[in-house]
Amino acid sequence: MKNILKYTFAVMAVGFVSCEPEFDTPVTDEGFYTSGTADLSNYVSVGNSLTAGYADGALYITGQENSYPNIMAEQFAYAGGGEFTQPLMSDNMGGLLLGGTQITENRFVLAVDANGNPGPVRLAGTPTTEITNKLTGPFNNMGVPGAKSFHLVAPGYGNAAGVPTGAANPYFARFSSSESATVIADAASQNPTFFSLWIGNNDILSYATSGGSGVDQTGNFDPATYGGNDITDPNVFASVYSQQVDALTASGAKGVLVNIPEVTSIPYFTTVPTNAIPLDAATAGALNAQFAGYNTQILPGLVQMGVITPEEAALRMINFSAGQNFPIMTDDDLTDLTTILQGAPFSLPEQLAVLLGQLRQVKSDDLIVLTASSILGTTPDPNNPQGVIGVSIPLSDQYVLAVSEQARITAASTAYNATIEALAGAKGLAFVDAKSALASLANGGIAYDGGVLTSQFVTGGAFSLDGVHPTPRGYAYTANLIIRAINNTYDATIPIVKIGNYPTITLTNN
Amino acid sequence: MKKLVVLAVFALASAVTYAGGYRVSLQGNKALAMGHTGVAVVNSSESVFFNPAALVYLEDKFSVSVGVHGVFSNIAYQDTQTGANARTDSPVGTPLYLYASYQATDWLAFGLGVYTPYGSSVEYEDDWVGSHLVNNIDLQAIYIQPTVSFKINDKLSVGGGPIYVTGSVNFNRNLNRTLTDLDGNRSNVTIDATGVTSWGWVASSMFNFTDDLRIGATYRSEIVLDAEDGTAEFENIPNSPLTPFQNTSIKASMPLPAEMSVGMSYNFCEKWLFAFDFNRTFWDAYESLDIDFGNPAIPDSKNARNYKNASVYRFGMQYEATKMFTLRAGYYFDESPVREGYFAPETPRNDSNNFTAGLTVNLGEHLQIDASFLYSHFKEIDASYNYYFENGQAVPFKGTYKTNAFVPGLGLTYKL
Repeated sequence: MKNILKYTFAVMAVGFVSCEPEFDTPVTDEGFYTSGTADLSNYVSVGNSLTAGYADGALYITGQENSYPNIMAEQFAYAGGGEFTQPLMSDNMGGLLLGGTQITENRFVLAVDANGNPGPVRLAGTPTTEITNKLTGPFNNMGVPGAKSFHLVAPGYGNAAGVPTGAANPYFARFSSSESATVIADAASQNPTFFSLWIGNNDILSYATSGGSGVDQTGNFDPATYGGNDITDPNVFASVYSQQVDALTASGAKGVLVNIPEVTSIPYFTTVPTNAIPLDAATAGALNAQFAGYNTQILPGLVQMGVITPEEAALRMINFSAGQNFPIMTDDDLTDLTTILQGAPFSLPEQLAVLLGQLRQVKSDDLIVLTASSILGTTPDPNNPQGVIGVSIPLSDQYVLAVSEQARITAASTAYNATIEALAGAKGLAFVDAKSALASLANGGIAYDGGVLTSQFVTGGAFSLDGVHPTPRGYAYTANLIIRAINNTYDATIPIVKIGNYPTITLTNN
Repeated sequence: MKKLVVLAVFALASAVTYAGGYRVSLQGNKALAMGHTGVAVVNSSESVFFNPAALVYLEDKFSVSVGVHGVFSNIAYQDTQTGANARTDSPVGTPLYLYASYQATDWLAFGLGVYTPYGSSVEYEDDWVGSHLVNNIDLQAIYIQPTVSFKINDKLSVGGGPIYVTGSVNFNRNLNRTLTDLDGNRSNVTIDATGVTSWGWVASSMFNFTDDLRIGATYRSEIVLDAEDGTAEFENIPNSPLTPFQNTSIKASMPLPAEMSVGMSYNFCEKWLFAFDFNRTFWDAYESLDIDFGNPAIPDSKNARNYKNASVYRFGMQYEATKMFTLRAGYYFDESPVREGYFAPETPRNDSNNFTAGLTVNLGEHLQIDASFLYSHFKEIDASYNYYFENGQAVPFKGTYKTNAFVPGLGLTYKL
């Protein structure tokens, strides 16, 4: 009888272990989700900071964990996807060390100041990611913050010795397979079965974020001669991009190509209003009196002399009024009048001539960059309360992306995007129109189960505190876009994520 | 007390959820083996729970039953839209019972019961996709019930007594779907209250048409557990004035609903007994769960629960196979008190079909071993909890649930 009980309970015990509840069709069953005609077993992502999971002005672990390739790989795992490795940073501070010296800043966090106002500040502390500590790869995520299209095919881009001179990239130096390796070769040598390629953003973005202070290199086919803030020639882009797609598809891999969004969709350019200067009537009148001679005599005189066109003269008129005003700025696309104004018939003193040399007011269709918010309206010289930036001291050109500069960016990105979409078509690859997607974020936003995702700075949810890179929720939205494109192109049924489950900005007081 | 709060960071909206039907019907191995019937059964000192009025008909001068059940319950969750899936890894619950009865005279009997009719223990993996609703919960309520039973005449008896309850709850959930500290650790809160006590009562009667046909009725009162000095412990909260979540005290109350049972039993062919019980649990007492945080900076949490009264239909058979063995089997259908749209992952109870079996082994004249087994079958269900809010907007938590439970039990009965 004791034996009966013993056996009864033994059978029961076995039963409980094996009697987990089973769904009729478990999502974990092979075949519930499919990869269609794609093979997701070895996914390699190639790109720049967006692919790396960069956010809040730095690369850090939790950002990398929420990179769009990592989110996609987690969903790929339901449809035959394999392990996905990333060159994780050493901490969540985000700064880089080279030989113990910090070379990039820590991340932004949202802190509350003494007056109770929240705002982005750099996280205090000493970072621990030393770029000369080489990681053992290869890594599925080959996103390299800062990389432009031609950098991916540049030998030596991962050589730590080249970092101080700008010849190499500190992020790639951490995990390049050799000092002479290229990003694209390190990616292709992993024999990916599936890849994503999102590159070209920085080919226009650094020009944009620097307020157009670089050079539009369209027509110059030698990227070795480019400066950091220059616009890459579209033919150079097309050439290197095509090489990259060829390298990634060489062993038959399927993949997805993502195009380049408009910079005007991101809060870095849309947060600071163009008419940020409040003036009362008395101050506006006093300022107008000071510029009266410039407006009514000097500018018409210059037109008469044929130095500038009537259109440029109109552009250069300075006019203030009670209420919100456009700041004054230096625009290096204007004719430089500094020398002429010091000569006859104007004979202005040098200081005034320099001030007026390339002066105009910001126009409503210019874009003021986010970093201008901390200087606009300030008095840099405490001994001169009259010296107000934007009112009596022109905003430097680097803070304003002028209409003319926007046009160069649009021209280049339109050309890049044509290359990307054409290659996707020619190679039968999935194509993601990130440009349209970001435009809809900026124009009304995207509804999700916890609200509306918009590109509003800090509160919109899509963009991190650097105003350029997405939050984890923004990256999740991106991952869904790409998954949908893959599903359409390859008859796959990879599940999307709920973007409301992904965080936005991080709160921390130093 | 058991449920909790949610604090969205910017809007400080709060939401919460609570366990669904947390009634645990495991109040005796003999009764459970017969579908947990017993309102009209005169069998053992388990009647202290099922119907105190029956104690006066027990043949033994003194009887003690003790036992334990091992609750192996499993919950599987999946969301076919995202692929998210989870399985609970809940600890094995071990509800105990002890009943004693004493026949003082042929018309008066006394009894004492210690049992645990309400409780819940569910453990998901921390930070699972529904972690903003629950990570884990452990709810216990121990009832201690002295009873007296009077025989009014050969056909009618009555019984009843006071109930003293001591309860505890420990509940952990993440504050919302996304809040973390700097290193990405999810912000969460643990609500804990122990030694919460309260009083209630039970009253019952039994009527015997014949020696073989009996009916009975038992009413157990609602008991409200008021936690006056619980604690809320916050973890992984960002270092920011925008998230002022410091550990604090809480007040909350939770009803243990009243339950009305009626039943009949019929003895036939000498060795056979059939029993039927009907339970009505007055879950409508559970309208809302409100948590009052001691720290005024943390908004109180008010959460509609809106449970509905629910019924259970129980059927049991007993067969005295030999002098040594008595065999039992049963079935019951258990209605869920959870309304559509309130289906939360703490205790995802939909209607269930339950199958029971067991036996008693007589070891001599005084000692019995009681064994039982319960299998609870829940149909796969697509359900959602629609009362979690972010920034004032309801964010339903939807998915497919599949639940089951296996409950072996073992007990001893000693009779004089």
